[in-house]
Amino acid sequence: MKTLILRTASDYLLPLLLVFSVFILLRGHYLPGGGFVGGLIAAIAFVLHAFANGLDNTKGLLRFHPGFLMPVGLGLAFLSGLAPVIGLDDPFMTGLWFPEPFPVIGNVGSALFFDIGVYLVVIGVTLTIIFTISESA
Amino acid sequence: MLTAILLGFLFAIFLVFAGKFFRGKLAVLSALIPGGLFAYFASFIPQISSGEIISKTYQWVPAFGVDLSFKLDGLSLLFSLMITGIGFLVFAYTASYLRGHKYLDRFYGYLSLFMAAMLGLVLSDNLISLFVFWELTSISSFFLIGFNNTNPASRKSALTALGITGFGGFFLLAGALLLGSITGTYSISEMLSMKEAIAGSEYYILAVIFIFVAAFTKSAQFPFHFWLPGAMKAPTPVSTYLHSATMVKAGIYLLMRFTPVLGDSEFWNTTLIIVGGITMVYSAIHALFRTDLKGVLAYSTISALGILVFLIGLGTKSAFLAAAVFIIVHALYKATLFLVTGIIDHQTGTRDVTKLSGLRKIMMPVAIAGILAAISSAGIPPSVGFLGKELTYEASTHAETFTIIIVIAIVLTKILLLWAGFVAGIKPFVGKLPEAHKDVKAPDFLMWAPAIILAVLGIVFGIFPMLIESALVKPVVSSLGADASEYHLALWHGFNTVLLLSAITIAVGVLLYFFLKPSAKLETRIGKFEFISPKSIMEKGTHYFSVFSAFWTNVFQNGYLRNYVTTIVLFLVVLVGYVMFGNPRVMIDHTQLSKVTAYELAVVIILIAGVFYTVFTKSRLAAVAAMGVVGLAICLIFVFYSAPDLAMTQFSIDTLTVILFVLVLYRLPKYLTLSDYKMRIRDGILSLALGTVICLLALQVLAEPTNTEVGDFYAKNAYILAHGKNVVNVILVDFRGTDTLMEIAVLSISAIGVFGLLKLRLKSTDRSQ
Repeated sequence: MKTLILRTASDYLLPLLLVFSVFILLRGHYLPGGGFVGGLIAAIAFVLHAFANGLDNTKGLLRFHPGFLMPVGLGLAFLSGLAPVIGLDDPFMTGLWFPEPFPVIGNVGSALFFDIGVYLVVIGVTLTIIFTISESA
Repeated sequence: MLTAILLGFLFAIFLVFAGKFFRGKLAVLSALIPGGLFAYFASFIPQISSGEIISKTYQWVPAFGVDLSFKLDGLSLLFSLMITGIGFLVFAYTASYLRGHKYLDRFYGYLSLFMAAMLGLVLSDNLISLFVFWELTSISSFFLIGFNNTNPASRKSALTALGITGFGGFFLLAGALLLGSITGTYSISEMLSMKEAIAGSEYYILAVIFIFVAAFTKSAQFPFHFWLPGAMKAPTPVSTYLHSATMVKAGIYLLMRFTPVLGDSEFWNTTLIIVGGITMVYSAIHALFRTDLKGVLAYSTISALGILVFLIGLGTKSAFLAAAVFIIVHALYKATLFLVTGIIDHQTGTRDVTKLSGLRKIMMPVAIAGILAAISSAGIPPSVGFLGKELTYEASTHAETFTIIIVIAIVLTKILLLWAGFVAGIKPFVGKLPEAHKDVKAPDFLMWAPAIILAVLGIVFGIFPMLIESALVKPVVSSLGADASEYHLALWHGFNTVLLLSAITIAVGVLLYFFLKPSAKLETRIGKFEFISPKSIMEKGTHYFSVFSAFWTNVFQNGYLRNYVTTIVLFLVVLVGYVMFGNPRVMIDHTQLSKVTAYELAVVIILIAGVFYTVFTKSRLAAVAAMGVVGLAICLIFVFYSAPDLAMTQFSIDTLTVILFVLVLYRLPKYLTLSDYKMRIRDGILSLALGTVICLLALQVLAEPTNTEVGDFYAKNAYILAHGKNVVNVILVDFRGTDTLMEIAVLSISAIGVFGLLKLRLKSTDRSQ
């Protein structure tokens, strides 16, 4: 499927879709969205790029194996739950929040970091599975 | 106190990184950990003996009532001192026993893991954390028994021990949950005040049985005893520490801990007396037929554990006193005998008692330790063993029923144990030194010193019983819910029945020792009865169980996805259908239904068309595309019914599914008709049945009054508690965040699975070539 139109379009679509996925991730706390669906959109962006330009090009773009995103994401999610235990002696997964909302992003708390962890794990899992299967196909 | 328990865990983790520094001369330094802990716990003696109970609670999972709460009372203190005190000596002994071993650091890691788990077990006041520590002791014991992991027999024994004690662990968990649901708390101290409620509950017998099975498996009671002789495959320091002094007493600890909660009922007492009685006599007789020193000691340990269970079963004040003293007595002499056996094995290379004699000429200090321990084990004055035996007899002669049988059983056991102690502690050192052992070297200080310390303590405590009386023994009795203040331990109680029984025991036992020598002939004779022993029954049972499970697995796990799906669908249809048609309540309230709009009608038509196309198309790619259409149509329905979150997710998932399918399709052969006409009809009927059942189920759910409490809670509190307005997302990342954490962990595992299956396949074919 290496058509010129798709290839040219995917160069612009990839960053656009990635930004969109981050938007979906951040918006999740107030409106439909969240880490899971955001991660899926980001994964679709990369898959689209791979369809247009070939898997090797996408891999070169990523620079590291997407599988590494899984431990990073899991670690981030776990640490966001552990933070209240270490910092404040509260039970695991107690929500912590900055008192003032940040510009653009809105309220920032441990749940956001947890969601970012979910986002990273979903990208890592999806891309690992799809890349592995398409490589051995 | 938490630090004290965690110290062992931390040291074990530390050894993972810094292990190589501890393999050499520094190894002995690790004894400082149990040594320091011993001093720490000993510093509590004055407080505990004055009747204080020290407790400390750390919150763990407060929502489920599971805390890390620790309680130090007389019973816990006695066990803590045994764990750390004998631990100190065993750690030091190991430095010499396994000197230069390649994995010495690993051994210390397991030992300190065990020590920490055991301390946690005896200090826990919460049943759930007690269970966790209980399992940790089983696991560390598994590693230690299988320490020589190149030996198949070691591995098998380790598995048997883990199987039996793990089996008991399940029962402990079941008992804990049952007691928790009866009393509404997992705190043992709180259960103490609810004795009547527990005894009156209809589940009382069940709870007691659960606790019994847990205790009997751990403390090697008949018919679960056979893992303990097998566990003797472990290096001797392990046998000393785990399988005579501490871990096997965890079951005893559990029974003692629960005596004030569950005890004092006829079922409790009778069962314990019978099981303890059978165990003590049965395994004491078995000890006669062994030639391996560790075999003799293993069976005499089981017998001693039987005596303890029996004493707890008697349930009188004097029986508790006897049990408390006997725990100390047994820990001291049995640990000594094991250490002595280890030294003999290490220096001469054999544990066959028929080949050992005259070793006193080479290792005098060891001989002294062995003989002192044998005296204490025989209960000859002035050893502390004499005190223990007198108290045991005292308690037995005052048993309420079947006094004669009980006294005969206990005297017989004590006679045989005397024989076992003499065989292990005296026989290898007296007589002529055989030629084969002429140039055996003397053991070094680190090996014989621990043995002699324990042996001498056994005599010192006998001569000065006040050293242990108020510090250790009486607080234990009061933890069991009895008051022992009027008792006084003393060697001399005047001429009475008990003294007569003692004299008979010693006289008969010594005579037996002179007339009956352990021999290989006796060992073969008992071997003939092996086929009816609990061990071979269990082995046959596990064999047939694995045959059965192989059959079962082959039937259901046949590797064809279509068969799995058929089975699952069939079960679902039959089970759900049975319930629904047994009690049909499907009602459709037409007034409540919303109007069908033109969009929805269009989407449903597309959906149905997609389904038909998927089923009847001849092209695989077309089928996948049509499935995608079905998925997207469902997304649209979600959008109509205001579930945008679901729709978004479903949309992305569907896109990815189609991509995945296309990728997989590359690898499949051309579209073939693999199923014949009949199979297709069958599958068609099954699918329609599933559709119908699910549809009826959905209608029935609509007809039921729904409980909106949970939903309301989330909706109300999403912004207040979690600062979020999207309830779905708040549930995912906050209210039920731990679930999500587990789910993403599972996702990662499945991705690793796919990666492993497809990427590592080449390597395994390389290996087979």
